[in-house]
Amino acid sequence: MAAADFSRLIAAAADTIAAHADELTALDQAIGDGDHGLNMKRGFEAVRAEADAFSAKPLPDALKAVGTKLVMTVGGASGPLFGTLFMALGKDLPPAPDRAALTTALGKAIEAVAARGKSQPGQKTMLDVLQPVYEALAQGKTAGEIADAADQAAEATVPMKALRGRASFLGERSIGHMDAGARSTALLVRAVAEAIEGI
Amino acid sequence: MSNVGIVIVSHSPLVAEGTADMVRQMVGDEVPLAWCGGNGHGGLGTSVEAIMGAIDKAWSDAGVAILVDLGGAETNSEMAVEMIGEPRSHRIVVCNAPIVEGAVMAATESSGGASLKEVVATAHELSPS
Repeated sequence: MAAADFSRLIAAAADTIAAHADELTALDQAIGDGDHGLNMKRGFEAVRAEADAFSAKPLPDALKAVGTKLVMTVGGASGPLFGTLFMALGKDLPPAPDRAALTTALGKAIEAVAARGKSQPGQKTMLDVLQPVYEALAQGKTAGEIADAADQAAEATVPMKALRGRASFLGERSIGHMDAGARSTALLVRAVAEAIEGI
Repeated sequence: MSNVGIVIVSHSPLVAEGTADMVRQMVGDEVPLAWCGGNGHGGLGTSVEAIMGAIDKAWSDAGVAILVDLGGAETNSEMAVEMIGEPRSHRIVVCNAPIVEGAVMAATESSGGASLKEVVATAHELSPS
């Protein structure tokens, strides 16, 4: 991937998180500790600040650098979780991946996130978006269809009962609210899918 | 220092520091001890960078036991251990125990010269399972 293209992906990701930071915080205030929007914004702005340096690296190293930066700057459990997602993608992707390589790497990255969070799909977390995105990618869906699948999957966390994270303390009361991490994951998927389609 | 080090990681710097005070009251300076709390930007939270720093500060060749409060503190501590990497990561354990009681009991065990395994087991005994 050309440096300019990776820069565009970083900008698209940071833009969508910044634009939705208040919404993410509101979701997290409903059933969590209310810091998700601010934490994610801080992390992605820190990534944006180093976009030029990161984009100059080969794709695997660039993704690892993004993940490490998120780990160091987000300041909540989302830091290691989103950081692990990007670091694991960097570990498994070749420098110029095709769809098959991206699918394989995303599958492994989802396993890494599940291990980091000691979680699995169905527990009202970001995994509930990542897993359908992986399936849509594997089924050859278009970028637009993958982004739609991510939005629907985030929406589908509303009736779920949280079994991991701060929301799980609320038990039944977590039902009826969208998981903030699922929403931010869907936002990132749409931003990246649309940016990649434009490349 | 040959006694196992203790690291306290809370979302709140006040909780972390207060817990460390209680540990010091029990064991004085016989145990390497460090604490961190807060997201590094003035808010509640935990910082991987700060946790790595605390592990360095409390480092002992006998190992380090980390006591945490809520989920994010555990996830960030596990991330910090992974980023510190081998070979030291094999001698760092994130304990499953209540932070205050766990830290005081683990430090007391450590002050008697117990191994990392014994210190961690003492902390874990406090956790309902």
